[in-house]
Amino acid sequence: MDNLGTFLSVLSQGLPFTIIATVGGILLTIVLSFVAGLALLSSSKTVRVISRIYVEGLRGTSEVVQLFWIFFALPVLVGFQIVPIWAGILVLGLNHGAYGAEIVRGAVQSVPRAQVEGAIALNLTPGQRMRRVVLPQAVVEMMPPFNNLFIQLLKSTSLLSFVSINEITRQAQQVLVPRFNPQAFEIFLLLLVMYLILSLVITAIMRTLERVAAARVGRRPSARSRRQATGAGVA
Amino acid sequence: MPSLDKTVAEPMIVFDGVEKRFGDNVVLSELSFTVAPGEHVCLIGPSGSGKTTILRLLMTLEKCDGGTISVAGQSLSHMTHNGRRVPADEKHVRDVRKRIGMVFQQFNLFPNMTVRGNLIEAPTRVLGMSKDEANARATELLDLVGLGDRIDSHPTQLSGGQQQRVAIARALAMRPDVLLLDEVTSALDPELVAGVLKLLRDIGSSTDITFLCVTHEMGFARDFSDRVMMFDGGRVIEDAAPEKLFTAPEHERTQAFLHAVVDR
Amino acid sequence: MNVWDWSFAAQILPALLDGLRITLIATVLGSLIAFVLGLVLAILGRGPTPVRIVVRAIVEFIRSTPLLVQVYFLFFVLPTFGVVLPALTVGVLALGVHYATYTSEVYRAGIDAVPRGQWEATTALSLPRMRVWTGVVLPQAIPRVLPALGNYVISMFKETPLLIGIGVYDIVGQVREVGGQSFRYVEAYTLAGLLFLLLSYPASLAVRRLERRSAVPR
Repeated sequence: MDNLGTFLSVLSQGLPFTIIATVGGILLTIVLSFVAGLALLSSSKTVRVISRIYVEGLRGTSEVVQLFWIFFALPVLVGFQIVPIWAGILVLGLNHGAYGAEIVRGAVQSVPRAQVEGAIALNLTPGQRMRRVVLPQAVVEMMPPFNNLFIQLLKSTSLLSFVSINEITRQAQQVLVPRFNPQAFEIFLLLLVMYLILSLVITAIMRTLERVAAARVGRRPSARSRRQATGAGVA
Repeated sequence: MPSLDKTVAEPMIVFDGVEKRFGDNVVLSELSFTVAPGEHVCLIGPSGSGKTTILRLLMTLEKCDGGTISVAGQSLSHMTHNGRRVPADEKHVRDVRKRIGMVFQQFNLFPNMTVRGNLIEAPTRVLGMSKDEANARATELLDLVGLGDRIDSHPTQLSGGQQQRVAIARALAMRPDVLLLDEVTSALDPELVAGVLKLLRDIGSSTDITFLCVTHEMGFARDFSDRVMMFDGGRVIEDAAPEKLFTAPEHERTQAFLHAVVDR
Repeated sequence: MNVWDWSFAAQILPALLDGLRITLIATVLGSLIAFVLGLVLAILGRGPTPVRIVVRAIVEFIRSTPLLVQVYFLFFVLPTFGVVLPALTVGVLALGVHYATYTSEVYRAGIDAVPRGQWEATTALSLPRMRVWTGVVLPQAIPRVLPALGNYVISMFKETPLLIGIGVYDIVGQVREVGGQSFRYVEAYTLAGLLFLLLSYPASLAVRRLERRSAVPR
């Protein structure tokens, strides 16, 4: 374990890229999830179909393929290369936004119909019903699945090592392993622990937000949501 | 716009040949009746006879499959545009709906808002009332329903009876001409029913709101209403003053229904 | 230079399909491991407290960290212990273990959904432990979780391309090869994406139909 300090410092050099990609990807995911998720519930068929194509198209193709497509095929089509980290955030956001759209749609639909009827009886406009009554309640339901999705996104940032972004996985695999091959076990264990800590940070933040959102609708987070909020796969 | 005098003269609510089906199931067929301004009308009858559907059609929570429904002379489904009768747009529906308030069986309070939030939401956002004015009105209405001290509570912290009182106050805050009551005491514990019914009687006697209620409380129907309509199989089978309907019902289905309800 | 060349697309298609074969092999073998190992983890997760805690910790750790890093871990660490395996084998193992942590949760939910009375009846009949699982609990739990397992197979299929990290020449590996030789990436990557969509979209529709037909515990 003599080289532990070296391992830590080399891996840490990749940390900013991992964190920027995660935070940027999460922000883009949130925006796309709400836009596409609400579009899935639109009364206009055209809007619904466009959103459905986005969701199924991005969920149906492999994220690795999407990454390479944006890095190698898109520049040919548009005529210039996007800054790698931006392209990375774009892929992470586009891909996870498609999954998030279904989370938003499902949560909005889970708000009891009676709440919408209460809002109609008070003559609120369709926009006011959504913003003031439905979404504040739906957001509570979204928190646990979004926590899972964000952890999934964090894990996906490791794929950016394929396209020369020097995040922590690339630091381990390209810089450390060639020099300290016999200590591969320590290097990768350390790397895995770093991801574990980052995912625990995401879960801690999301649980806090869930508590705040649940308190606003006069509820405690359910036992089910607590169990779900522990990083699971997205099918 | 009809003149004020004419509005008073014409019925507040008109159902004309209204049809409603859910799939193959005909819930209402060729239903016609009117309710005069300020009149209190109770709808009684066995479950599944279409009573609640009438309120939901009026509140535009359901669309009718035929016939027309009008409130204060304006159709819910059609409007006049350039002298022609065309399907109503959202704005027209909202204009008509502004006159109608509704209290639900399950209260339907918004859990993401406090009691105050529930009461000022629609007045400020739909009627364009100032926040101060809406707050003053909310305080006044909560005092009226006996919950002046719970203005900053969350709906989930209140009992069923308290939640229903808030829901009544919320509907009144919109100053409706018509108030629809959909089995408002059915979800309450028995000991809380009387208080809510007394509140409704007080409101009924101190305002000129037109009431249309679906209820299983025969005592309330009897002393609250000017008229009672007995429903069965999607039709009005008897329509009479409560004294008459409850003491000397003409139709044998009415007799059987009242017999069954009172025996319980 | 045209952006899209149909004859080039046709020319590279056989190589892509050959890669797709590898992708499918990895998915099928990985799924088998995930199905079996996930069930073992789920049953161990109901064992005595120390076992439960250890299993739970391992499952959480694997779920919360990237599959790619786990692939590298096996690929670079196993040889240091003298175990040298072909890249595809390492990939299948990593896929299987990673997804076993997902499927174990699915099985757990399915087992939890078996009514308490069923367990009590097996006790009343003094059924042997093995028979309780194979004769009563699993036959009720597994049909209910099939759609969820199906979804994870589709997920795994789409994640398999990351095995190019250790040089497995699946569909994306082939794309890099043919794209790199001719510098024509648009056709290669677009076709690869379409091939994934062509297989995974009908599969997920089928799973959704299965889901609607059986009540699935979430």
